[in-house]
Order: sequence, then C-alpha cells, then structure tokens
Amino acid sequence: MRRLLLGAIIPASFLIIWEASSRTGLLTLESLSRPSDFVVAGYGALRDGSLLLATLQTCETALLGLAIAAVIGITAGTILGLLPTAERVAGPTVEALRPIPAIAFMPLALMMFGFGVGLEASIVAYACVWPILIVTIAAVRAVETRLFEVAAMLELPLWKRMTKILLPAAFARINVGLRIAAAISLVVAVTVEIVLNPRGLGYHLILAEQSLQIGLMWAQIVWLCLLGYVLNLVLSHLGRGPAAVWKPV
Amino acid sequence: MRRLFDPINLAALGSALSLLVIWQLLADAHLISPIFFPSPLRALVVLQRRLADGSLWLPLAATSLRMVVGWLLASVVGIVLGAAIGSSRFARDLLDPTLEFIRPLPASAVIPVAILFLGLSNAMSVTVIAFGAIWPVLLASVHGFATVPSELTNVSQALGFGRRDFLRKIAFPSALPDIVAGLRVSLAVALILAVVTEMQSSLPGLGWEIFSAQRTYRSADLYAGLIMLALLGFLANHLIMLLEWRVLRWRNLLT
Repeated sequence: MRRLLLGAIIPASFLIIWEASSRTGLLTLESLSRPSDFVVAGYGALRDGSLLLATLQTCETALLGLAIAAVIGITAGTILGLLPTAERVAGPTVEALRPIPAIAFMPLALMMFGFGVGLEASIVAYACVWPILIVTIAAVRAVETRLFEVAAMLELPLWKRMTKILLPAAFARINVGLRIAAAISLVVAVTVEIVLNPRGLGYHLILAEQSLQIGLMWAQIVWLCLLGYVLNLVLSHLGRGPAAVWKPV
Repeated sequence: MRRLFDPINLAALGSALSLLVIWQLLADAHLISPIFFPSPLRALVVLQRRLADGSLWLPLAATSLRMVVGWLLASVVGIVLGAAIGSSRFARDLLDPTLEFIRPLPASAVIPVAILFLGLSNAMSVTVIAFGAIWPVLLASVHGFATVPSELTNVSQALGFGRRDFLRKIAFPSALPDIVAGLRVSLAVALILAVVTEMQSSLPGLGWEIFSAQRTYRSADLYAGLIMLALLGFLANHLIMLLEWRVLRWRNLLT
C-alpha cells in the first residue's frame, strides 16, 4: 500500500499541477494542451475506432516482421550453431552487417517496396533477426552432446533429429531471443511509421502533432506506453509460463 | 601472425568478398536493377570521392556529435538516477512505477513532443537521443548499485563511512562493470536515434545524407552513407570496449 501511494505521488502531482496551472492561466502555451483534453481526445479516438485500427496496423506489421526474422534467424542460427566452421566463416559478414541501424535501410526499403506493409515489415525483420540469430547459435551450441549421441544411436533421420531432439532442447533459450526481438519489433515498427510510412500508430502520432491536435497526440503517447507495458507483461509471463517449454507432439 | 592466415579466417574473408564480387558481377550484367543495387565499386568510388572532397566529413561529424552529446546526457542522468534507485528503497518506491510506465514507450514517439517544445533543432535531437539512450544505462546501474556484495557493505560500515563516501568509494566502483555494459548498449541506441531524428527533421548528418540520396535516386551515395554509418557504429563500439578495458583493468589485476 505504501509503495502504491509513493509511486503515485510523482505522476499524480505532475498531472494535477499541469491541469491546474493551465486552467488558472499560469500556463498559456497552446502547445501544452492539458490532461483533461487528452482524456477527451483519447476517448473520442477509441470510440470512432481510429486508434484501434492504427494499433492493429502497427501490430500486424510488427508481427509479420518478427515472424520473418524468426524463420530466418532460427534456420540460419541452427545451421551455424551445428557447424562451427560455417559460423567462423560467416561471422565477419554478420559482424559487419549487425551494427548498421535497421532504420538506415529505410530509404533502400522504400525504393524496393514502396510505402506500405513491405517497407515496414522488412525493416522490422532486419532489426529482429540479429538477436534471434545470435541466441539460436548459442542455444544450439549449449545442447548436450549426449542428446546427439542418443539421436545417433536411435538412427533418427535428420528431420526427426531436428524436431524431436534439437529444437525441444534449445527452445527455452531461443525463446529468450524471441522475446527480446518482440520488444524490438514494436519499437522499430512505430519508428518507421513516424519517419516515413503513412500507416499505423506512429503515423497518427506525427499527424496529430503536425495538425496541432495536441490532446490527441498526448492520448496516443499514453496509449503507446500502455501498449508497450502490456507487451512487456505478456512477454515476461511467456518467459515464466509453460509456453517456455516446448512440447513435441 | 599465424592466426591471421588461418584457413578458416581466409575462408571468412573470402566468403565476404565473394558476396561482393557476385553482387558486382550481377550489377555489371544488369541482372539486378542499378537503381536499387548499384555495383559495390560505384559505391566505393562515390565514397572515396566524397571523402576526398570533404562533403562527407561534416555530416559524419554532425551525427557523431549528436550521438555523443545525447549519450553523455543520458549517462549522467542514468547513473545518478540509477544510484538513487539502486541504493534507497524510498527512491525506488517513489520513482519506479513512473519509470516503468514510461520505459516501454518507443523513443521515437517522443519526437513529436520534442518538436513541439524545441522545434526542428539540435536540442530536439539531443533530447530524443538522451531519452532513448537512458534506459540501458539506468537499468544497468540500478542493478549494479542494488547488488553491492554484502562484504563490501560491511567493510564500509566498519570503516564508519557516511552515505556519500559509501556511494562514491564502495558502491560506484562495485557497480562499474554493470554501468559500463549499460553505457555500451546506450551508445548503440544513441546512434540509431541520431539517424532517426535526422531523417525525421532534416537535420544535417549521415541520416539525412542517406535519406536525400534516396529521394534523388543517387543510390551509390546511399550506400556510401550506409558504409560510413556502419564504420561509425563499429568504431564507437570498439572505443567503448577500449574504455571498458581501461576502466575495469583493476579488476583483472585482482584475479
């Protein structure tokens, strides 16, 4: 209880002072808006569905990019993890590409895909593939050699060796990489929308600012905070829950 | 020297080079569009020309400066806040919920707010960079200050250290490995946000160079900009690793 009260002091007093000073005329800056305005604006955007539509657009693109990154990252990571020589050969190329900020590829992706889902999903995929790739390599390396010996003794074909032995053993770790990538995917998707892509939450945010609907802008920022917060909760729950353990059927 | 000419290292170099050669051949044969993928040679020629006539140095300096100033700001605030939250329960209860709520906000979502207050200026860019780059160093230093080994706490009590001495002489050095690791992540974030703000607000820099190269279909220039950015990221990362080694050398001496 004490923790809850203490934690509420800063945001509550901040909002109250903001609202009060704006009502009493101490603050006259148009660009500041006031907390009650953005509650009204946020309610309006929720009711007419525009906020939810934008959220859906952002989330589906982020998920698509994440899925592409997961397929590429886990496949390549498994190969490189099983073949240390291949990893050392490909290593420098990976290390040269990895530090380039994904956002820097935006102009290139724009030329290739034009505005839309492809542009955004490809940037998200580029940003997300590295954590997944690196974690998968480490995860595959960490699988006990004894398990491979079991597979060899059972004379399992390659496909079954992958699905019955390797992936179940490595999945708990790969899951960590996927969770990191999931958090990145939302951030990158919103960033692409803010800078370039005319769709989704980021675009509506920058549009609200440019058309001086300041209340709406603040409402969307709070909405984004909530969205990220919920995503983090879900991800950390997935990390602890039964979903962290792969159940081969 | 023997390690350098290890067959595997040669193969690594060879595979990277052969990718470039394949790209070059495809571009020469006009099998891939020169608008999207100009041949690597053309990109290198442009890079060399623009480095020679000096037109790339200014954007490079502008981007680096933005990145470093924003990162320094984030580091100072992050370490101070982290020390407070990590070493005092009161500060943690007071600040943690607010920070936990703001933290998941994508840093780029602060751009519209920053533009409203600061306009399309360097101050705006640095603010956004600082906002985004603060989280890794903040979380790392909270962790560092919260996990000072109990032997060290006992020592400082035995020596009768006050709170300030404890933080400065015991807790800070003990948290330093965590902090430096956080600083490294923060610097990478700072570079990304420098590029993002340049693209969004037309501030001179490498991000803007890449953006305007695309708009005018000078794709060789685009690649030249990308190469410079990759070098900057690589260099920044290695400088901070050098710093890490320097600052934490005393720890290696102990073991």
